[in-house]
Amino acid sequence: MIDREPTSSNAEAGSRPVPTLPISRRTVLQMTGGAASLVTIPNMSAQSAPAPGQIGKALERVRLIVNGEARELELDPRQSLLDVLRETLDLTGTKKGCNQGACGACTILLNGRRVVSCLTLAAMHDGAEITTIEGLAKGEELHPLQAAFIQHEGLQCGYCTPGQIMSGVGCIAEGHAGSPEEIQFWMSGNICRCGAYPGIVAAIADAAERT
Amino acid sequence: MLPFTLEKAQTVEEAMAAATAGARFIAGGTTLVDLMREEVERPERLIDINALPLADIHVEGDALVIGALARMADVAAHPEVQALQPLIAESLIEGASPQLRNMASIGGNLLQRVRCPYFRMLDAPCNKREPGSGCAAIDGLHAGHAILGTSNHCLATHPSDLAVALVALDATMRVMGPQGERNFPVEDLYRLPGDTPHLEHTLLPGELIIDVHVPAGAYSRRARYLKVRDRASYEFALVSAAAALDIEGGRIREARLAAGGVGTRPWRLRAVEEALIGKAPDRPAFEAAARLAVQDARPLKHNHYKVELLPRTIVRALEMTGEVA
Repeated sequence: MIDREPTSSNAEAGSRPVPTLPISRRTVLQMTGGAASLVTIPNMSAQSAPAPGQIGKALERVRLIVNGEARELELDPRQSLLDVLRETLDLTGTKKGCNQGACGACTILLNGRRVVSCLTLAAMHDGAEITTIEGLAKGEELHPLQAAFIQHEGLQCGYCTPGQIMSGVGCIAEGHAGSPEEIQFWMSGNICRCGAYPGIVAAIADAAERT
Repeated sequence: MLPFTLEKAQTVEEAMAAATAGARFIAGGTTLVDLMREEVERPERLIDINALPLADIHVEGDALVIGALARMADVAAHPEVQALQPLIAESLIEGASPQLRNMASIGGNLLQRVRCPYFRMLDAPCNKREPGSGCAAIDGLHAGHAILGTSNHCLATHPSDLAVALVALDATMRVMGPQGERNFPVEDLYRLPGDTPHLEHTLLPGELIIDVHVPAGAYSRRARYLKVRDRASYEFALVSAAAALDIEGGRIREARLAAGGVGTRPWRLRAVEEALIGKAPDRPAFEAAARLAVQDARPLKHNHYKVELLPRTIVRALEMTGEVA
């Protein structure tokens, strides 16, 4: 089902090439999920929908096109799109922050539009095209907004960054990145608790000018 | 989240049949999925209505017609909405976040549940969630709660900005149900809490919102929505006001006013409207009329500030209508 082996995807480390580790950070977190010192993230994972089939209800057959790749899935209708991306497809670049639609950390593009993936049921999106942070770069070449986030230091801890970048891509595509004030208003669905907002706004303004 | 079954309706008839048998409609899901995860909402059967052809936005005669499945972002960005009813576009842009506006439907926006923190707190009493259990807000924290239309059983405000604009503009809605089609003012969708706060709207079992009709008025283009809140965007209103004026020969001929954040339902301000008729559109007239908005206010300990903030918000919104070209 879910590939627990180390993968070539370095989603957790951003898209810079890092040496392949014998064991991924995610695997470590999963193995040590019961340790008190690591409760925060594993507990959030534990709150996600139960494994498919657990309750004996009929599973939904769903076809998603994720970052250009067709995926055939059998899903419990309770699974949010966020949980399917993270838990079923192991695309952990998309982050779970509040899980209530308030923080924007889980922002993805759904059929080209930015949405919060925590507040939508994956089984309702048969045939949908999804772009996550993992799908932005072309091989080693970063998306212009990813590069701009690095150049303008649009982050500190980085947890909100995938959501900020996906939301920023949507913001630019919508034509709402014409001024710093406009960017602030149209990026208000993404919270950064480190307060890296000046860098985020500068990165989006810069990338908008170039695209 | 508790188990449920999920089906997809291909026709309005299928959707109505499922809802008559107890299924809940789901469109954008931005309220329902959240509340299901908290187990405040516990539907056993969901019917996905997104495939129904109800997302159209068009003009019929002089009325703007907005399909129930149109998304908030699409309505706000629609050229005819912006040209004919800018108040609707402004109220939508002031609500939620860009991501949520891409997801949330117009019908779902009108039927969204309240944001009272006790409503989603399963260990607190809440008459809306569990009839007869009591209201934790009355003796608890209620700075964000209503001062108009409250009862001893519920103080929660209706959170929709769009509904405030629609109520101000005399919009009507068309619903389809097992007994056929009905049309009624959007204002009549909402009930006062009274002693049955768990009954929030007037839809009958199985009824589905089809579309919303917004009639054009001479005031439609001179209309603004002002939302006062704890941060500049992506926050619910402490107080909001929708204001529209028709001015001829330096006198107010017609006024449309409604308020959000203060009432247990979107609150039309007819006494204020009537007091403005025939007056010159100036600050003294606005202030005198706006006072009438709070004559029936029943503030509690933490939300007394709204008795002052509401008239001020109305005055400012009325002044903003003068900034419209």
